[in-house]
Amino acid sequence: MTLSHCITLSLILCGIGLFGMLTRRNLLGIMLSVEIILNGANINFAAFAHFKATDPVAGAIFPIFVMAVSACEIAVALAIILSMYRRKKRLDVYRLEELNG
Amino acid sequence: MADCIFSHSYLILLCPLLSFILIGLKFLRSDNMFVGKFAITLSAISCGYALLTALTYFVAVMGHGHSLPYPEKIALDGAWLNFSPTLTANMGIYLDPISVMMLVVVTVISFLVNIYSVGYMKGDSSFNRFFALLALFSFSMLGLVVSSNILQMFVFWELVGVSSYALIGFWYEKPSAVAASKKAFIMTRFADAFFLLGILLVSFQAESFSFQTLNSPETAALLNTNFLFAGLSMNLLTLATLLIFCGGWGKSAMFPLHVWLPDAMEGPTPVSSIIHSATMVVAGVYLTARMFPLFAASESTLFIIQCIGAFTALFAAVIAITQMDIKRILAFSTLSQLGYMIFSLGAAKVCAEGGHHESSVNLLGYSAAMYHVFTHAFFKCMLFLGAGAIIHAVHSNDIMKMGGLKSLMPKTYWSLLFACLAIAGVFPFSGFWSKDAILLSALQSGHYITFLVGLVTGGLTAFYMFRFFFLIFHGEARSELHEVHEDPWMTWPIMILTIPTIFAGLLEHFFVANVVPPQLEEVVHFTHPGWLPWLATLAATLGIGGAWLFYKNGKTEAAARLKSIFGPVYIVVYNKFYMDEVWLFITHRIIFAYIAAPIKWFDRHIVDGSMNLTGWLLQVGGKGVRLAQSGQLQFYLGATVIGFIVLLFLG
Repeated sequence: MTLSHCITLSLILCGIGLFGMLTRRNLLGIMLSVEIILNGANINFAAFAHFKATDPVAGAIFPIFVMAVSACEIAVALAIILSMYRRKKRLDVYRLEELNG
Repeated sequence: MADCIFSHSYLILLCPLLSFILIGLKFLRSDNMFVGKFAITLSAISCGYALLTALTYFVAVMGHGHSLPYPEKIALDGAWLNFSPTLTANMGIYLDPISVMMLVVVTVISFLVNIYSVGYMKGDSSFNRFFALLALFSFSMLGLVVSSNILQMFVFWELVGVSSYALIGFWYEKPSAVAASKKAFIMTRFADAFFLLGILLVSFQAESFSFQTLNSPETAALLNTNFLFAGLSMNLLTLATLLIFCGGWGKSAMFPLHVWLPDAMEGPTPVSSIIHSATMVVAGVYLTARMFPLFAASESTLFIIQCIGAFTALFAAVIAITQMDIKRILAFSTLSQLGYMIFSLGAAKVCAEGGHHESSVNLLGYSAAMYHVFTHAFFKCMLFLGAGAIIHAVHSNDIMKMGGLKSLMPKTYWSLLFACLAIAGVFPFSGFWSKDAILLSALQSGHYITFLVGLVTGGLTAFYMFRFFFLIFHGEARSELHEVHEDPWMTWPIMILTIPTIFAGLLEHFFVANVVPPQLEEVVHFTHPGWLPWLATLAATLGIGGAWLFYKNGKTEAAARLKSIFGPVYIVVYNKFYMDEVWLFITHRIIFAYIAAPIKWFDRHIVDGSMNLTGWLLQVGGKGVRLAQSGQLQFYLGATVIGFIVLLFLG
């Protein structure tokens, strides 16, 4: 397994996440896609730390931070999504267009 | 003692200003009689203090054995605007023989007009507004008179314009009054634009606004340079002085800017009286006199002033003969008398003769003009006040509808007789002396045509004034008269004015010898030819005799015969030589069509168009941007990603 394998995997994950974010109509699906992108990034961090860094621990810390942040984000975002669902009874982003200029 | 009185001379201005502010802001809804008395009291204080100042000025300067001419005094002078370390505009009170004289004239006339107005304006719904505006008018004129520098003078000059606008259009429900006030304001403003240019030119060159600096020989020498303009060699001094004179040209209603003055008769009669005797129109003469030392440095300027004055004097006198409206006759008479003053100022220099290269200064013209301002103010004020009393009694302005008022209004009759004799130049009334001095100055200036014009105008003046007089007072009443009575509020000021009208002649020697500009010294002295007073009297007698012949006992048949003989000429003169129509043609047909219309097109299409285009572009751009604000998160994200990729590949 080389660095390029890892980067390719991370790129694929990022692409899947991005594709999901752009095409999913459901807010929850979009949030899952965000998680996939974050994980792609995590793999990138870990891979570079493993293959290139003199001190691998420094690179391993970043995914942990990202996970912590994404956990917080999930907590907040889920709260928002839930309250939105209560108000609108739907999570279809195409119908949520109140910010239309 | 004297300095104490001088340093409080601001009181003269303060009283009318206070009167304006208090009546205008506080007493506008108060009882009319109270407001009238309040205004009279304040103008009486102002008048009393002006008389005291004048007395002190002449006595103090005389008593201490100062050599003549009198020095000017600057009673108060404070910096108002600092433009640069060298150029400061001050606000001050400047006392010299002519300003002191004008202070007396303006305050006395304004005091009497205030008293008169209480009677004249009785029952008018805007009685209080009238007194407030009258006070503003006196204040502006007084400020103009005592200005220590030309910028201050310009400020008050415009204030006079504004207050005359408000007073001429006082009865603003009447469309003709509104039109007249606009005409007066616009015509004088038109001239003031040139005045302002002159001020800028002169003060830029002299680096000062103060009259003392501007009137000094140094300034004249500084300005006396030639420059080329459009291939013509022009003298800067002549150009600058002519530009300044333009201000006086408009305000004093010299030909051809005179057309506003007869229309200004739309205002209440006391306003006409004060405009014609002591304020507005005298301002032009006063300006010319104030800047006289500078004007005198340019011979061409004085010559032009003389020509304009002489022409206006004759022109207006001819028109006055044919007019039927009581106030218009007086208006044209004022024009003619102002012409006298202006040409007298222009004649204050003697033509170079044979051996001499330099022409010499002869200040008689200057003193005579100031003296005529002084005497004319009283009898012209009286004539207008009398005319107002008559209009009040008859309810008409047409002299053909009057007649036979002698027995009904005896006080007005006798007072106006004196005024008419004075303006006609009959010995020993005041007008005789001042006109005699003016004729002498014209004779001395060497311009015999001007002298002749003055003489003929004198005869015409006598004729039209007595035509006016006989038609109003003598013979049978030519229309049904209403209840004619003389109101004491109105007759007293008229009667008081007979005193200066009769006795101001005693001051002739004083004026001619002493009222000369401090910056100039008289160079030549002339002897008074013994035949001159006789010639002037002959002209006046001929005029009065002619009027007696045609209009005695208020008969008009002989005049009608004469009218039919001179048919077309009469019609042209009666229509004031169609000057109004000429102006209308110039403004409507030429200026509006060929200058204003293209400018309007440019303004509407190019200036407004460019502004509108900017607005339209922003609107369209805004609409475009609004389309992008879909509120669709995924659209934003897609745009971000695509933008990012594009940036990545571009970078």
